[in-house]
Amino acid sequence: MAMLEVRDLTMYYKTMRGHVKAVDGVSFDLEKGKALGLAGESGCGKSSMATAILRLLPSNGKIMGGSVKMDGKELVSLTEEEFRKEVRWKRMSMVFQGAMNALNPVHRVGDQIMEAMLAHENVTKAEAKERMLSLLDMVGINPKRHNEYPHEFSGGMKQRVVIAMALACNPDIIIADEPTTALDVMVQAQVLTAMEGLRRKMGLGMILITHDLAVIAQTCDEVAIMYGGKIVEYGSAKDIYLSPRHPYTMGLVKAFPNIAAEKQKVRSIPGSPPNLLAPPSGCRFNPRCPMANERCCAEEPKLVKSTRGDQKVACHRESEIGEGVDIWQ
Amino acid sequence: MAVAVDKVTANPNVKFGEVILEVKDLKKHFPVRRGFFASLKGGPHPVLKAVDGVSFKVKKGEIYGVVGESGCGKTTMARTLLKLTKPTSGEMWFEGTDIVKLGPAETKVLRRHMQMVFQDPYESMNPRLPVSSVVSEPLRIQRVAKDVDEALPRVAQVLEDVEMTPVEEYIGRYPHELSGGQRQRISVARALALDPSFIVADEPVSMLDVSIRGEVLNLMQNLAKEKGVTFVYITHDLATARHICDRIAVMYLGRIVEEGTAEDIVRESLHPYTQALIKAVFVPDPNNRQLGEVLKGEVPNPINPPAGCRLHPRCPKFVKGLCDVEEPQLKEYKPGHRAACHLIK
Repeated sequence: MAMLEVRDLTMYYKTMRGHVKAVDGVSFDLEKGKALGLAGESGCGKSSMATAILRLLPSNGKIMGGSVKMDGKELVSLTEEEFRKEVRWKRMSMVFQGAMNALNPVHRVGDQIMEAMLAHENVTKAEAKERMLSLLDMVGINPKRHNEYPHEFSGGMKQRVVIAMALACNPDIIIADEPTTALDVMVQAQVLTAMEGLRRKMGLGMILITHDLAVIAQTCDEVAIMYGGKIVEYGSAKDIYLSPRHPYTMGLVKAFPNIAAEKQKVRSIPGSPPNLLAPPSGCRFNPRCPMANERCCAEEPKLVKSTRGDQKVACHRESEIGEGVDIWQ
Repeated sequence: MAVAVDKVTANPNVKFGEVILEVKDLKKHFPVRRGFFASLKGGPHPVLKAVDGVSFKVKKGEIYGVVGESGCGKTTMARTLLKLTKPTSGEMWFEGTDIVKLGPAETKVLRRHMQMVFQDPYESMNPRLPVSSVVSEPLRIQRVAKDVDEALPRVAQVLEDVEMTPVEEYIGRYPHELSGGQRQRISVARALALDPSFIVADEPVSMLDVSIRGEVLNLMQNLAKEKGVTFVYITHDLATARHICDRIAVMYLGRIVEEGTAEDIVRESLHPYTQALIKAVFVPDPNNRQLGEVLKGEVPNPINPPAGCRLHPRCPKFVKGLCDVEEPQLKEYKPGHRAACHLIK
């Protein structure tokens, strides 16, 4: 049994013009100590999924169905109070994009890390301080600096403080939503290297949400590609990157510039992502797909095992695409 | 409709492949305000040296990439090239004229030949104006057309140039009715309206989704190849620069540390900073994991840059007594490939 099992999770935002189907029947597993990458364009529902799992939804967001089980225990039916006391921070914590700006400017960084421990666990101040110092050391910040304020830290260091904070209560799973998007490449490499080292040392499970395929390729074991609120392809990183089977994944992997590749024209996927207030019928990718036929416009494809690879794919015409054929040519 | 050309430059008919812009020792320093007590202590007024002695040449019809981390001065340089900020010192020879010396009236005419594409397609357009007004605005400002109607033929032509066809469908739309990629193409169309020979594109795709970046980048490439428009492409993303630029300059703390063809920079980089930057750019390939040690620390404060080579506190090859004393100059190591480092053999 996987540590985290998400089944048919469906989350809609209620708006004046109807329901925005941000997460629509998404299922995946996260094994202990593994990293899952969730990739897709902006507006594909990847961040909504993170907030749905952590129950941090805005007031108009509602989980419409599905289940989220952690070690066999259902989380969706927990009350807000139970979820906050038992799960959030202790079992599952998060790092958000730009989280470095969420640090309180008038409190010392060390105190802010200790605050999470003191609020959630029964520890003395001295114990909390000791753990805080070792956490700072683990994320590569000199523990002597715990008495400083956020403005004395650079962006990358603040992001590492937030990561230390997320680890404060020894969680089993960390959900990171675009943890390095606001950082420069050099700092991004530093932060991800620190995070990856910690993850391995502590046996953490991680869900990494980003639009940056390269970041996922460097850190994750499994990958789920989302489009229009659904997972369209799901499998091991090697299968997804090296032999993608869904037309969208193929386009996305090709569109991502690779500095190591020969000089070439930058590719793009024509069209724009669907409006999730009224998504296209059938396969949600059909208006942009070069392979779309009548069936794709009428019937929704299910996520099933690929006919050629080991990954799961949601495409009616997957079996017709030969291996190594470039359908975007 | 052709755009009437007013001449302020000595040689407006630069041929494809000849030097169109030559920048010599360009500097842009910003004064920094001190607190009351700090100013009582006296001493020299602190300055932030955003661009500190940059020299390069751009040839007509090429895409010249300027790459660096945030705070390296690349955006300040872009703005200075177009005289949106006044340089502190240095020369900028555009089409045979030193444009630093031009007065305000001549600078306005100069803007017909030099245009800019901004980073954020959501902020750089008035949401209340339709595409026809947005694209014709430069024509009206330069009095090439007296109103939107008179500018329409030219607007239609540039919309075709940026592949926004059929033109009738887009010309009356408002910015919110366009996707991010389409908006950025409208930004390019606006920059093209006056038929400039030189465009500075400051991070034109960093706000766009990966799947649509190609639209804008390929458009720039086609314009450079087919119409001979020269681009300076400012970016932090070495991976896209490698695929669309002819030549790339790498900046660090206000100076160019290496310059060469895209191939030279990526495959045979000489400078330790460029090498670290390339190593830090992740590749989307799970078989090629590259997490590990990169340069330590972050870009230092440009108000007080390190003495000697500005990279020395972070450089893995640092040699005491040389790198922290003497500032290295750009030297040519093979035709067209320059780098500024003491340790290159």
